[in-house]
Amino acid sequence: MFDFSPFFDNFDEILQGFWATLRLAAAAAVLSLIIGTFLASFRVSPVPVLRAFGTGYVNVVRNTPLTLVLLMCSLGLNDILALKFSENSSTTYYWWAVLGLSAYTGAFVCETLRSGINTVPLGQAEAARSIGLTFTQSLRMIILPQAFRAIIAPLGSVFIAMIKNTTVAAAASYAEVALVTKTIIDKPTFANGVIPLFLGVSVGFLILTLPTGYFFGWLAKRMAVAR
Amino acid sequence: MSKEATVLFDIPGPRARTRNAVLTAVVSIVFAAVLAALVWRLSDKGQFEEKLWTPFLKWTVWRHLLLPGLMNTLKAAVVATVLALLFGIVFGLARLSDHWWVRVPAGAVVEFFRGIPLLILIFLAFFVPNKISPAIAESQFGTLQRFSVDYFFSIFGVEINAGTVTVPAFAAVVFGLTMYNGSVLAEVVRAGVLSIPKGQSEAAYSIGLRKNGVMRLVLLPQAITVMMPAIVSQIVVLLKDTALGFIIAYGEFLQAGFKQVPANYSNNVLQAGIVVAVIYIAINMSLSRVATWLEGRSRRSRKTEAKTMGSGGPAPVAGVGVTQQTV
Repeated sequence: MFDFSPFFDNFDEILQGFWATLRLAAAAAVLSLIIGTFLASFRVSPVPVLRAFGTGYVNVVRNTPLTLVLLMCSLGLNDILALKFSENSSTTYYWWAVLGLSAYTGAFVCETLRSGINTVPLGQAEAARSIGLTFTQSLRMIILPQAFRAIIAPLGSVFIAMIKNTTVAAAASYAEVALVTKTIIDKPTFANGVIPLFLGVSVGFLILTLPTGYFFGWLAKRMAVAR
Repeated sequence: MSKEATVLFDIPGPRARTRNAVLTAVVSIVFAAVLAALVWRLSDKGQFEEKLWTPFLKWTVWRHLLLPGLMNTLKAAVVATVLALLFGIVFGLARLSDHWWVRVPAGAVVEFFRGIPLLILIFLAFFVPNKISPAIAESQFGTLQRFSVDYFFSIFGVEINAGTVTVPAFAAVVFGLTMYNGSVLAEVVRAGVLSIPKGQSEAAYSIGLRKNGVMRLVLLPQAITVMMPAIVSQIVVLLKDTALGFIIAYGEFLQAGFKQVPANYSNNVLQAGIVVAVIYIAINMSLSRVATWLEGRSRRSRKTEAKTMGSGGPAPVAGVGVTQQTV
């Protein structure tokens, strides 16, 4: 039962699964940060239409299960509407997984960033206005830099949740580590050794999530705004 | 800085009003263009055909597919919520214990289940017992396994046949949801108890209460008010996560609405997705509303000075409430 040889027989596949997970997580982290920043700027902007769009987007996306978001991307938009990124199906499923995951995580980044904007003292915004900065200038040069430094730790939690959420892409035909695990278990030759397999996959995820948490905690302490 | 929207920019004067009007027009045109492109694409692919939309107007579809699916989702969510709350209270308090041999293992369990994805936990419960139970049945723990399945796990539908344990999808989903959300709730409980001002427990100790009494009579009642919004937000997360049952073919709402309906009604995946999403959003938004209401109520209440820990409400507080949102 604790014989690790079946685990190492499939080691290459598992590593490939983790590599796919990492590629998905890295792309989604960058993209969701961009989406979240834009959404948060929309939600505090002077134009009512943009505010309404931001609020509507966040409310809709945050309350929809991620499984449904990813399935709609892969089955609905890709298969039915034939909006493809490339002829190669694995590439196109990868990009739909990235887009779906980023669109979903972006809503959470937006809410985190908005709570960060709330921590910036009133006087900062008033001072920015009093020296004649426009809305975009004060947001870009005064408010957002301070807000970002305040939200590093919560942002880390959002990213950790996102790393774990990459497993849901298994539902959307993207071959990351959860799907690889399932394929290995379904192999007829893979009789025993499920416990080492699950231990290995769990440790793999702990290796991804725990240092991310510590890194963001350390960064948050280092970058904290002294007030 | 709570009124950021009114402080970041002035009350618009004539020029700003014109500029806002122009921007509004531009933004509206862009949205309209994106929407038009989508509609054009939809009609190009024949997605507006009547037969794709009408299934959702038929009572039989609701009666035999959607409503049973919704029932299964709610069933899993309710059972998992109750178990996760129990798990959370036990492990949250264990992490606050004075004895290291209680505190450290509890901390390890909580960190482990928080660190690995929910889907992996569901897979663990779904695939592993089936594979390892024959070996256990042969060993000296065979009787123990049989008894525990017969007298405890059978209430979740777990079966044992000739030494092989079969875990139904429902039990696997409930296991995963309980472990994951339970460990998140354990952190909520811990943070809630720690957020009570120190003077409260000092006063309780000074009138001669023991640790048990301090916790039970003074700290927990106040902590529960503090934690309520965070707990309700976590229930929203849990409810959304039941959708992962889709992957192991648990017949919940997503499985019923997004897989069964398109399979039976000419592959109307997009339409089914939209209808299912609307219902999920309606349920979750009303739950979030409850969280916001609870937060507002405890903020107004004079009984407790303790501040709430944030929720899915309009302006999230940096920290606990926002950080636990997942899947």
